[in-house]
Amino acid sequence: MFDFQIVTNWFDELLRGCMPEFWVLTIEFVLVGVILLTLYALIALALIYGERKICAFFQCRLGPNRVGTWGVLQPIADMFKILLKEIISINHIDKVLFYTAPFIVIASSFLAFGALPFGKGMQVLDFNIGIFYILAVSSLGIVGILMAGWASNNKFSMIGAMRSGAQLISYELSAGISLLTVVALAGTMQLCEIVEAQADGWFIFKGHIPAIIAFIIYLIAGHAETNRGPFDLPEAESELTAGYHTEYSGIQFGFFYLSEYLNMFIIAGIATTMFLGGWMPFHISGWDGFNAIMDYIPSVIWFFGKVTLLIFLSLWVRWTFPRLRIDQLLHLEWKYLLPINMVNLVVMAIIVVYGWHF
Amino acid sequence: MAEQIIFYILAAVIVVFSILSVTSKRILRSATYLLFVLIATAGLYFMLDYEFLAGVQISVYAGGILVLFVFSILLTSHAGDKEKPRHWGRLLAAALTAVVGFGLCLYIILNNVFKVANQIWQEPTMQQVGQTLMGTDKNQYLLPFEAISILLLACIIGGIMIARKR
Repeated sequence: MFDFQIVTNWFDELLRGCMPEFWVLTIEFVLVGVILLTLYALIALALIYGERKICAFFQCRLGPNRVGTWGVLQPIADMFKILLKEIISINHIDKVLFYTAPFIVIASSFLAFGALPFGKGMQVLDFNIGIFYILAVSSLGIVGILMAGWASNNKFSMIGAMRSGAQLISYELSAGISLLTVVALAGTMQLCEIVEAQADGWFIFKGHIPAIIAFIIYLIAGHAETNRGPFDLPEAESELTAGYHTEYSGIQFGFFYLSEYLNMFIIAGIATTMFLGGWMPFHISGWDGFNAIMDYIPSVIWFFGKVTLLIFLSLWVRWTFPRLRIDQLLHLEWKYLLPINMVNLVVMAIIVVYGWHF
Repeated sequence: MAEQIIFYILAAVIVVFSILSVTSKRILRSATYLLFVLIATAGLYFMLDYEFLAGVQISVYAGGILVLFVFSILLTSHAGDKEKPRHWGRLLAAALTAVVGFGLCLYIILNNVFKVANQIWQEPTMQQVGQTLMGTDKNQYLLPFEAISILLLACIIGGIMIARKR
C-alpha cells in the first residue's frame, strides 16, 4: 500500500537541501494551508451537487440538469453566484460580532477538518490527543452560531441560535461518549494509531455489540450536530425563516452554508476513522490472499468511499424523516441516547477488561 | 525563528484581546474577546507540545465555560445594552487591586530563579493522565476530583431547584 509520507518526506528534504529552516517551514505551512483550503472548497462543491441530486431522486425529481452534463457544473455556477452577491449591510446590529461570527463557525470546522487522516501518511495534524482535539475544536462553532443569532438583533435569529446552542451542547455529550467507547477499545486517542489498530478488522467488528451501538448513537448525535433535518429546527424555515443566519447575505451566508456541509463530511470522516477503519482496507485476519488484493485499492479511495457511504446515509435520513419538536429533540438525547450510551460505555469497559473482543 | 514569530503573534493576540475584553462597553463583545484570549493561550500550550492541556483548555474554557457565559448573557441582556458609568470609589478600588496584582506578579517573575529542565520533555500519555486522575497514591488526584464532582452535582441540583416550576 502506497505511503504518502514518502512524497512529503522527499519534498521536505528537497526544500531543506536548498534553503534555511525558517523558509522551509514557511513554505510548508503555506502549502499545507492552501491545499487544505482547496480541498475544503472542492469537497463542499461535490457535497452540494450530491445533496441536490440525491434529494431530487428521493422526491422523484431530476435535480440540476441544465449546466453541464447531468448538471455537474451547477455547484460551480452557484459558487460564482454566491461570491458575486452583494453583502447587505444592516443597521442596528452589533457590527463587530455580526461580521466575526461566520469566521468563527468556519474556522472551527476547518480546524477539525485538518486533523482527519485522509489516507496512509496523509494527515496534517497527528496529535497524541487526536480525537479529543477534534471534539474540542468542533465545539467552538457553537459560540459563532450564538453570536450570529444575537448580533443580528432579530427575534427569529435569536430563537434559532438558542435552539441550536441547546441542541449542540446536548448532542455533543452523546457524540463524545460514543467516541470514548471506541477509545476504550483502542487504548489510544491518536488517530493514526487508531487506524493502524484496525489493520486486522475494523472496530465495528472487533468491538461487536457495544461498538455497533456506539456507531449508531454517534451517527444520530453527529447528524444532530450538523443542524440538518430531522434535527433542523434551529433553521426551520416554516417557523423561523432561516434561523440564526436569516440576516446574512452573500459570502457570509456562504460561510455558514460551507461549514454546514463540511461538518457533515467531518462527522462522516470521524465515524469512518473510529468505527470503519479510516483509510484501512477491509481486512479479515488470516485471509492473507484476500487482504493482499484489498491492499491494491489506494487508501484515499477507501477513506472517501466509506465517507461517501455515510454521507449518503445522512442524506437519506434527512430527506426521509419529518422535523422533531424541540422537546422531542431534547427527550431523545437526555432520556434515551445518553443513558444508553453510559451503559454501553460500561459494557465496553467490561469487554475490554475481560478481553471478550476479537 | 519560526517558533518565535508564532509566539509573538500569539502573545500580541493575548495582550490586545485581554485589554479589549476588559475595556469593551458591550458585554457580549467582551465575551468574544475573551474567547480569542483563551484560544491563543491554547496555542501557547500547543507550542510547548503539551497537547493534552491545550485540548482541555479549548474544550473546557473556550467550548464549555464561554458558551455558558454567552448563554447567560443572551438570556439576561438585550442587544442595545451598554454598561452604566462606574462609581469612582469602585474605580479606585479596582485600580488599586490591579496595581497590587501587577506588582506581585512582577515581583515573583523578577525574583524567581528559572530552573533549566534537565530531562527531555515527554508528553504524558493518555494512560498516565487517566491513572494520575483516578489513582489514590502519592501525586494522584482521586480525592480532589471527587470533591469537585460533588461540588458540580450540588450546582446542578441547585440549578434545578431554582428553575423548577412551582
